[in-house]
Amino acid sequence: MTTTISTGAAPIPARALRPLSELQALESESIHIFREVAATFARPVMLFSGGKDSVVMLHLAAKAFWPAPVPFELLHVDTGHNFPEVLTYRDEASAFYGARLKVASVQDYIDDGRLRERPDGQRNPLQTVPLLDAITAGKHDAVFGGGRRDEERARAKERIFSLRDEFGQWDPRNQRPELWSLYNGRHLPGEHVRVFPLSNWTELDVWDYIEAEHIALPSIYYAHEREVTLRDGMWVAITPVTPVRGGEDVSVRSVRYRTVGDMSCTAAVLSTASTVADVITEVGLSSLTERGATRADDRLGEAAMEDRKREGYF
Amino acid sequence: MEQTHQPDPTRNHQMITTLQAERQASLQGRRTLLRLATAGSVDDGKSTLVGRLLFDTNSVLTDTLDSIEVASRRKGLERADLALLTDGLRAEREQGITIDVAYRYFATTNRKYVLADCPGHVQYTRNTVTGASTAHVIVLLVDARKGVMEQTRRHLAVAALLRVPHVVLAVNKIDLVDFSEDVFNRIATDFALLARTLGVRDSHAIPVSALEGDNVVTRSPRMTWYDGPTVLGYLESVDDTPLEIGESFRFPVQSVVRPQSAGQAPWAAGAPEVDADYRGYAGTVASGRVGVGEEVVVLPTGSRASVVGVDTPDGPLELAVAGRAVVLRLDRDLDVSRGAILTSADAPPALTRDLLGTVCWLTDRAASVGSRVLVQHGTSLTKAIVKQIDGVLDLDFDASSAPTWRSSDSLGLNDIGRVRLTLAAPLPVDPYREHRGTGSFILVDEADGWTLAAGMAGPSSLHTQAADPNDDIAEPVTT
Repeated sequence: MTTTISTGAAPIPARALRPLSELQALESESIHIFREVAATFARPVMLFSGGKDSVVMLHLAAKAFWPAPVPFELLHVDTGHNFPEVLTYRDEASAFYGARLKVASVQDYIDDGRLRERPDGQRNPLQTVPLLDAITAGKHDAVFGGGRRDEERARAKERIFSLRDEFGQWDPRNQRPELWSLYNGRHLPGEHVRVFPLSNWTELDVWDYIEAEHIALPSIYYAHEREVTLRDGMWVAITPVTPVRGGEDVSVRSVRYRTVGDMSCTAAVLSTASTVADVITEVGLSSLTERGATRADDRLGEAAMEDRKREGYF
Repeated sequence: MEQTHQPDPTRNHQMITTLQAERQASLQGRRTLLRLATAGSVDDGKSTLVGRLLFDTNSVLTDTLDSIEVASRRKGLERADLALLTDGLRAEREQGITIDVAYRYFATTNRKYVLADCPGHVQYTRNTVTGASTAHVIVLLVDARKGVMEQTRRHLAVAALLRVPHVVLAVNKIDLVDFSEDVFNRIATDFALLARTLGVRDSHAIPVSALEGDNVVTRSPRMTWYDGPTVLGYLESVDDTPLEIGESFRFPVQSVVRPQSAGQAPWAAGAPEVDADYRGYAGTVASGRVGVGEEVVVLPTGSRASVVGVDTPDGPLELAVAGRAVVLRLDRDLDVSRGAILTSADAPPALTRDLLGTVCWLTDRAASVGSRVLVQHGTSLTKAIVKQIDGVLDLDFDASSAPTWRSSDSLGLNDIGRVRLTLAAPLPVDPYREHRGTGSFILVDEADGWTLAAGMAGPSSLHTQAADPNDDIAEPVTT
C-alpha cells in the first residue's frame, strides 16, 4: 500500500495501516462504552467485587477517563461469605485506581430480617434485593457489570446496553436492537440500564489482557495450599461457611479459584498454576467452562442464569 | 466427538503448544479481531454450521458438550446435535426456534472471531441488519438441494445495503446431492450473478456439509474437484483491514477531558505527565487515521486546528487508526464539545438539516409522514420529523431481476424505506457508501427511548431496479 495523507507528508508505511490488534480492539471498544455512559447518564455506578473481570473493568475505566479520575463510584454487594483475601484486595484496588467504593451488605439484610437465609445456605440468590435497593437509593441510572457473552448460553443474547424495568428485570424477548457502535441509553424514570463493557471478551482474552497490562489479582486466583474436600464432584474449601460434613475426607491440596464469588457456592480447582501463562494453559486445556466448573448456583437448573437475570441479578 | 472426553497426551501436548502460540500472538499484538455474521434459516443448517465452527476450533468445552449430548439423547438423536450449542434461551429451546441475535466467540492463532449469529424466519430483517451492521464478513447458507431461494436473496440484499465487505455463501448439505460439482457450480453462478446485481463488493461460494464437517474447518476428501478454501480457511485469509481504515478521518467527540489538576496516577506509570491546563478531546477514531501535525476541521462550527497530541495512558501515539480510542489535543482552544466531529481538512462532510437516507424499521410501531423522532448520529442526538417517505423496498424479486421501490405512506416492522428527515439542527452526515461510521444513524422514540430504526445516509449501497428518484447526496445547508 502506498496511501499518502492529504497534507503531502511522507507516505505512511503500510504497517501503520494495519487493523488494531485483538486486545487493542477490545480495549478501545470497552473504553468507548465507558465514555458513552459517563457522558449520557446522570449517575452511573460500577459493580466491583474484586474478581478478575471486575478488576479488568476497573482498569479499563481508569484508562477511559485518564488523565481525569474515574467519574463514578464502585458498588460491592457483599454476601458476608466473601473470601477475606478478596475483600482486602477489593479495598486496595479501589484505592490504587483512585475510585470510591460503597458496600451493600447481605448480612445486614439477614440480621434485621429483610432477607431470610436459604435452606441450602447459598447467598448469591440473596444479592438481588440489596443490589436493587442500592440502585434505587443511589438513583443510579446506569450500572456497569463485568458479564461476558461467552460465559453462558443466556448471556450470548444480552445487549451491551441492557434495559431493566423498575424491578430490575430483563426481558429477553423484548430487547432493543444494537447497531454499529451507536448505543442507545434512553430510558424512562425508574428504569435503568445495565452496561456490559466486557461483552465481547472471552475468558482467555481477559487473561491475556491481565498479562499484557500487568494487572494484579487477588492471590487466590493462583495456586496455593488449602484444606479441601471433594463434594458433589467439586473441590470445596473447608471454611466457617462451608464446614466439613460427616464422612468427608479433608486433605491439603494445591488449588486455585477460577471465579471468586461467594464462599458458599464457589469451588476450587486442583492446580499448580502460579503465573498467567500457567493459568492460560490450564484454562485452555480445562474440559469445563468457567461457570459450570465452580459455581454451584449455576447448577440449580438448565435455565438457572436466565431465571436470575430475569429477576434482576446480573 | 468422543475424543474430547478422554484426555489424550498427544492431543493435550498439541493444545498446549497452540494455546501458548495464541497467547504469544495476543501479547505481541499479532492477532487481529474479525467480526462476522451468519444468516440463514434453521432448515439450512446454520446452527449446525456455527456449532461445527466452534467445535472444530476447540471452542466447546466438555460440560457444554455433555449437556448437549444428554439433550440430544432425550430428543432421540444418535449423535450430539451441534445445533444445540447455539440455543440460548429457554423459549427458544422449547419452541425449537431462535429469536434473537446471539454472539459467539472462537479463535485461532491469527485471529479472534466475534460471530453475530442471526436467526432467519422471525424478524429476519431486524436481526440480519443488526448482525450485518458491524460485520466484516457475512456467511449466508443455502441448502444444496434447493439452491438460492427468496430468503438468500433478501439476506444478500441486506448485506449489500449494510455494505458488508465480504460475503460467503456456504452451499450446505452437499452430501445430500452426492457432492455434485454441477449442483455446486450452478448455485455458485446464480449467487455470483445476484451478488453483482445487488452491488456486493466481494463474494465467494464454498461447498460444505456442516453435519459431517466437510470444508468447514477440515478440507473434505470427498470433493476433490473443489480447490478453494474451507470456511475457516477463508476467514483466516480474507483481508482483515476494515473498510474504515481506508476512509478519510472522522472523530466524533465523546467528551472534553479537563482534569484540572496535575499529577500521575499510580496505575499509569507509562503515561505522559499532565499539567493542570490539560485539555483534550476523548473519542474513538471512526474512520481513517490521525497523527500529530495534521490539520482538522471541527464540525459543526467549521473552525480549523492542528493536532498536537494523540494521547493514551500508555503514552503518546504517532498515529491512531480507525477503531482506536484516544484523547486528541489541538493547538488552540476552540468551542468543541460532545457531539462535535473532528474531520480531515480535505474532505469534510457538508452540514445538512435535510437528511435523506435508507432506514430499516426495527419495531412494530409504524412511522408515517409527520412522525417525530430523535436521530442518534456519532455522539449527537437531534430532534427530527419524518418529512417524506419515498418508497419501501420490495425484496420479492426473482433471480433475473433486482429489488424495486414501491410507494408507501408508512413504515412498519422489517420494512426498508427511503425517507427524508428534517433535522432540528444541522448535522455533518456522510454518505453511508463512503463512511460506515459517520454515515450511519439510529432513530429513537422521543417518548420512551426505544430504538425504532437503523439508518444509512445518502444514496443506497444496494443496487435496485428502478432508479431511485431521490438518489442524490443530501444537499448542504445554505446559511
